[in-house]
Amino acid sequence: MTDQTNSTVQAEDPVRPHRSLWSDVWRQFKVHRGGLIGVGVFSFILLAVIIGPMIHTIDPQFLDYKNKNLAPTLAHPFGTDNLGRDMLAQVLAGGRISLAVGITAMLLSLVLGTFIGVVAGYFKALDGPLMRLTDLFLALPLLPLLLVIIMLFRDTLRNMFGPETGIFLLIVFIIGITSWMQTARIVRGDVLGLKEQEFVLAAGSIGTRPRRIITRHIFPNVLSPIMVSATLGVANAIITESSLSFLGLGFPSDFPTWGRLLFDGANFMQITPSRVIWPGLAISLTVLSVNYVGDAIRDALDPRIRGR
Amino acid sequence: MTAVPSQFTGDTLVKVKNLQMHFPIYKGIFRRKIGAVKAVDGLTFDIKRGETLGLVGESGCGKSTCGRALLRLYEITGGQITFEGRDIADLSGEELRNIRPRMQMIFQDPQASLNPRMTVGSIISEPLDEHQIASGEEKQARVRELLESVGMNPDFANRYPHEFSGGQRQRIGIARALALEPDFIVCDEPIAALDVSIQAQVVNLLQDLQKKLGLTYLFISHDLGMIRHIADRVAVMYLGKIVELAPVNELFTNPQHPYTKALFSAVPVPDPEIESKRERVILEGDVPSPANPPKGCRFCTRCPVAIEKCFDSEPEWRELGGSKNGDNSHQIACHLAD
Repeated sequence: MTDQTNSTVQAEDPVRPHRSLWSDVWRQFKVHRGGLIGVGVFSFILLAVIIGPMIHTIDPQFLDYKNKNLAPTLAHPFGTDNLGRDMLAQVLAGGRISLAVGITAMLLSLVLGTFIGVVAGYFKALDGPLMRLTDLFLALPLLPLLLVIIMLFRDTLRNMFGPETGIFLLIVFIIGITSWMQTARIVRGDVLGLKEQEFVLAAGSIGTRPRRIITRHIFPNVLSPIMVSATLGVANAIITESSLSFLGLGFPSDFPTWGRLLFDGANFMQITPSRVIWPGLAISLTVLSVNYVGDAIRDALDPRIRGR
Repeated sequence: MTAVPSQFTGDTLVKVKNLQMHFPIYKGIFRRKIGAVKAVDGLTFDIKRGETLGLVGESGCGKSTCGRALLRLYEITGGQITFEGRDIADLSGEELRNIRPRMQMIFQDPQASLNPRMTVGSIISEPLDEHQIASGEEKQARVRELLESVGMNPDFANRYPHEFSGGQRQRIGIARALALEPDFIVCDEPIAALDVSIQAQVVNLLQDLQKKLGLTYLFISHDLGMIRHIADRVAVMYLGKIVELAPVNELFTNPQHPYTKALFSAVPVPDPEIESKRERVILEGDVPSPANPPKGCRFCTRCPVAIEKCFDSEPEWRELGGSKNGDNSHQIACHLAD
């Protein structure tokens, strides 16, 4: 490998512009086949839920009793449910919410977890208090907490932002606030190790300020575990939202999400299996493609793996 | 062995007085402080402009801690560090940051001292960015110049540290240390992690740079042969204290402290006949814990010639009379030497 790169370097123009990190990352990302397929599938799902309802114009809430429990037909490509609602329209509408919840909740928990992890790992005085806070959140019983939060804030938020946005904010907040702890712990552990590395000491001897040491030396080196948490976080958030909806704590019942469709369809699995298959497939494909993309990004960010 | 360089002006660049670096030990539920590891406990020496002071001693005697404390990478426990006549022991924040460019460090492990996520170019230009010395085209030119000055291809600026061998990485570390045009460089065992053929290259590079740029080195090492080659004066450390300090020839030909004698007798001679007849001083026992050093002389527990006085009172740091050259006197901490 070294011989090859040597000869190419000498063949090129001696004064080359400084290579940017992101062009390197993109070059490596393109090599990761799974990552590319993942990007393809994920963008297809994203485009489908955004543009789909404009092409497939049936209202997901339209009740068509004469055509209930249909198998897939030309008019209803995914079939219909027991009330005659079109499944494709419901899956597309549900996807918008599920994806939005999954991605925003993941971002929230990631930002929170990374921030707390880095600060706890780097500043010794804050380590104890922040990690005890993390333990506290890990020890909280999730379901009673959710019940209390929803009981307390659902109506207030509904009045402030309207029923849809209100409940969306509430769910994103709940999922975000209850899933950052693993990220924080992993990041803290890595930061503790990195902090003692000689290159961090070298930065200190140069006079680099702590803020820059964190952003330049610590953060890029903990990106790998963060990326893994991120991809798993999307999947987790979608699934948590599903279970919340199932318990009646999530979105209202006339509001389709993938999780809700799955649970509603479970009772009719033997009559119309397509009611379970399509939302299930959508969740699985999303989670799988996001995981592959995360995997590829993580590899691309590590120069030691690049070029392999 | 090395002739005293002509740029020796005699003025003192770094002056260290009674430097102490203690690391606290906490124990129990309440994290009470129950003691301290006295890694460096009262060092006094000075380094003249343009010279190389070698610092030798066995593992764990506080050599690296001393180097790092000098650069104020630690909050020192006590003592004075004077750099160009200015006391830097109590500086902090911006004031300390402004003095950092004048003193830099070369690290032991070339693998760990370079950030694996940064290109060589950005590693070397980090000091330039931090102190806003150069930017844009000028910065790139400076990086290329620095890479050339340590004997590397300037096109390597776009590569990552893992693509290089240990010796090359150490050169990158040297280029980074040189970027700010320091006066004083602490070399913390810069050759310990390299194999022998590369060691010579790196040491020669350091010597060339010293001649060209008039650098002052504190060269920390446990390789006595290498110290003899590169240093002008040598300090020997044992358990957090300097036991003997003398010009390199004086120390190697006429060691006075029993620990120095024992240490130097461990250096093999590359001649089988002399080697087989050579008498070795073999010390018994282990180095005491720096958390609980012996009362009296630090070396008394293992000293082959210790007398009663050594166990009671700590020998003071004094100059030894009758050394050959007047200005670089032979200093020692031992009751018995005279």
